[in-house]
Amino acid sequence: MRSGLHIYTHRHYPSRIRGGHTYVEVRAGDEPVRSRGNGFDFLLCLGDSFGRSETEGAFYGNEELKPLTEQFDELNEGGVIVYDSGQFDEADIARTELAERAEENDWHVYPVDLRSIAREHGRAIMRNTAGVGVTAALIGQDLSGFEELLKESMSGEMMEANLNVLQDAYERAQEFDMSHDITLPEGSHEEQHAMLTGSDGIAYGALDSGCRFISGYPMTPWTDVFSIMSQKLPKYGGISEQVEDEIAAATLALGASHAGVKAMSGSAGGGFALMSEALGLAEMTETPIVYIEAMRAGPSTGMPTKTEQGDLEHVLYSSQGDSCRIVFAPANVREMYEQTRLAFELAYDYHLPALVVYDQKLEGELRSVPVSFFDREPDPDLGATLTEEELRDAAHDASGKFKRFQHYPDGEREGVNPRSIPGQKGGRFLATGNESSPTGHISEDTVNRKRQMERRMGKLESVSAELDEREASNQATYGDDDAAYGILTWGSTQDTAFEAVDTLDDAGHSVKAMGVSDLMPFPDREVTEFLESVSECLVVEMNASGQFRGLVQRELGQFGPKLSSLLKFNGEPYRSEEVVAVFEESIDGGQPDAQNVKYVPATGD
Amino acid sequence: MSAFSAIDDEEQEIDQNDFTPGIEPQATWCPGCGDFAVLKALKGAMPELGRTPDEVLLVTGIGCSGKLNSYFECYGYHSLHGRSLPVARAAKLANPGLEVIAAGGDGDGYGIGGNHFMHTARENHDMAYIVFNNEIFGLTKGQTSPTSPKGHKSKTQPHGSAKDPVRPLTLALSSGASYIARAAAVNPRQAKNILIEAIEHDGFAHVDFLTQCPTWNKDAKQYIPYTDIQDSDEYDFDTSDRREAADVMYEAETKIHEGEVLTGRFYQETGRPSYGQEKRAIGEAPDQPLAERYFDEDAEWERAVDDIAAHHT
Ligand SMILES: Cc1ncc(C[n+]2csc(CCOP(=O)(O)OP(=O)(O)O)c2C)c(N)n1
Ligand code: SF4
Ligand SMILES: [Mg+2]
Repeated sequence: MRSGLHIYTHRHYPSRIRGGHTYVEVRAGDEPVRSRGNGFDFLLCLGDSFGRSETEGAFYGNEELKPLTEQFDELNEGGVIVYDSGQFDEADIARTELAERAEENDWHVYPVDLRSIAREHGRAIMRNTAGVGVTAALIGQDLSGFEELLKESMSGEMMEANLNVLQDAYERAQEFDMSHDITLPEGSHEEQHAMLTGSDGIAYGALDSGCRFISGYPMTPWTDVFSIMSQKLPKYGGISEQVEDEIAAATLALGASHAGVKAMSGSAGGGFALMSEALGLAEMTETPIVYIEAMRAGPSTGMPTKTEQGDLEHVLYSSQGDSCRIVFAPANVREMYEQTRLAFELAYDYHLPALVVYDQKLEGELRSVPVSFFDREPDPDLGATLTEEELRDAAHDASGKFKRFQHYPDGEREGVNPRSIPGQKGGRFLATGNESSPTGHISEDTVNRKRQMERRMGKLESVSAELDEREASNQATYGDDDAAYGILTWGSTQDTAFEAVDTLDDAGHSVKAMGVSDLMPFPDREVTEFLESVSECLVVEMNASGQFRGLVQRELGQFGPKLSSLLKFNGEPYRSEEVVAVFEESIDGGQPDAQNVKYVPATGD
Repeated sequence: MSAFSAIDDEEQEIDQNDFTPGIEPQATWCPGCGDFAVLKALKGAMPELGRTPDEVLLVTGIGCSGKLNSYFECYGYHSLHGRSLPVARAAKLANPGLEVIAAGGDGDGYGIGGNHFMHTARENHDMAYIVFNNEIFGLTKGQTSPTSPKGHKSKTQPHGSAKDPVRPLTLALSSGASYIARAAAVNPRQAKNILIEAIEHDGFAHVDFLTQCPTWNKDAKQYIPYTDIQDSDEYDFDTSDRREAADVMYEAETKIHEGEVLTGRFYQETGRPSYGQEKRAIGEAPDQPLAERYFDEDAEWERAVDDIAAHHT
């Protein structure tokens, strides 16, 4: 990024404390990078994943070789492999048939004793720095950027040793007889860029919304947002609470919001299950709140560190009674920042819970974004809230109780009664999870019940209208407006689908794509227009039952015969070539032969 | 100037009738229900505490007890079964000036909300927590509760409960509450004084309030005879001594099932900082009430972009 390139990364790691094959994919380009891409060109293999564990009887197989062997299928033709010959046994390497495969695929293999280089200047653990030095030399990148990074993150002897390792490794590699043809593209940024994960996007969006309270309980992949917020909030004058469980987490956030603070909580799917009662309480008491839901492969504990989009119905419908909430599914760092801000704005303007749902893929994927993108004013506005002065003129019951839940509020937004905050003079009222009268007292009167339900549910219609009127839609579209075919997707899969559109375009197909973020209220008009304009549409998502396709049909009540499904639920995000392949094989009635994915044809074909 | 002028408003005259809601002046509890005594003691405590309805946030759970909110005039939050404490403690953190009181039943606090009870006590949040202990599930019509005595028969335990009851005072003590008392509906004067102390206490004050349920719990419809442990020579102990307190709690929790009711202050720890004070001392909570900031037009709001430019480039 510092050398002017655009970056994208994706983390792979198993749900284990020690060992297991862990790796990061990094993709860099001179143009903005949108996805993990297809395969890779350069493999730096440190091979330490399970170096110190017993191999005999190991349940997970030979872990030591995994960093090498597990990547063979994804390494592109003409690719480069650098492995630490100080770490691997030559006999083991021979067993992987590396030489044969390299021959077959025109791979260029560079065994380098990274361990010895590291030891020479410092400790063996600095092998990774040596690996970076070798990589830099092989792709023609000078060291200045790496040196800068080391200097920023280390000091003293440790920094010196690492700098020496880097330099030495670089110099040695420059002497190699290089046979490969892979170099880093040249790039330049006109302005300063920042590298952020999706979790950062949510956290900064929340902070810029004036959120100063978070309560949570750790659960992957939500933990990142929770820990970023916990580290930032003291500096921002806020409060973070790690509490006994997600029931408490969700409920504390309501207490803080009720007392006049912009507040949030969240969890992964499992913890969110415990939060559903509080979610309903927020809907009923009209307490503004933002909840974050981070998806991982389910059901139950599932695969804690693997991605999936299987919680769509969970976030839309969990908790008893009719849902009255906003749900956004942003697709990338920028959208995460913006839609988190929007979630706060709408939650506090309309007094309902606003949810942001994302997944393990977005949680940790780093992307570069111009710093100027974030150069905006914070929005600490409490939304529909009265000051004491305004309260004096507000409607009160004869006994002096503030009418917090009037049937026909006279506020700015339909159905929304601006609220008072405890401690304000003349603002006392009762908030209850029971159905209630205008002063908040419990009421089971049928007329009151019907009106209060209509009023609360009506707020969602107002939100829908407001979103529709906004200039910037949360739905992203890509490709030629007049394209004959469509790809429809949601959340984190969006940018990969967009990349597939480019590939398909180049191959002469006429296709466009839409990534939906508004799950509730659903963008009926936009999606209808999109689907009407194409003859067939492939709905791409990461779950096994086609929840999003189901939502589209439920909300729009039509298009069944146009919609086929592409599903992936093996724990890994899509590669764009998977979308491309299924699209090409399936259009016009073909039945694709998909390996890692599942294709479901349109109904009624 | 505070945006919450009801807080610590010295000028207002306070009468306990200010706490009777015009909308529901009459509680709908059964005649003879112990819950009336809690309501009365709480109303009686308010003028002595100098608190007005607009500066009190009463958070209740669900049960007959949770209806307290309908009959007590103030800012009320009638939450979920077992969840009064999480709502209450966050509100207190958000605005420490509020007088936050939590209340609920024995099923609510010692059963479904037991985890929150333990942790709120441990954290020592500055609030009073009143548990209406009628040793029964009142609102759902008389099922066995966590404090029902062993052998107690109900529709859900037709052969009598096989479980030993929870020892609420001991539970509060070992969890970390810094004020622990037991009141009884049959002794209203003591009850009022205990509530005053509990509310004034700077930390988590747990009051186990024995409230007979004549409708569903015929076994324990009176809670007499009772003994005020502070007045009894038999129980001469130091309430600030954890071990001595634990012994007397053990007596009380055993004797209640033998027909003798011990009430009074069991444990009073002074000088321990409340959770809010601890958080502020280590720099994890602002010195000014967080809730005030949103009304302060001159407040400076930090900008994420500064952080991003400094840490992500
Ligand atoms: C999650 C949940 N489970 C069950 C109930 C039903 N319920 C309401 S009150 C109650 C028990 C009440 O007993 P207690 O807490 O002792 O209060 P009391 O009525 O005796 O004052 C139950 C089981 C509920 N409201 N919510
Ligand atoms: S059922 Fe019992 S606890 Fe409930 S109001 Fe009647 S007497 Fe009181
Ligand atoms: Mg009870």
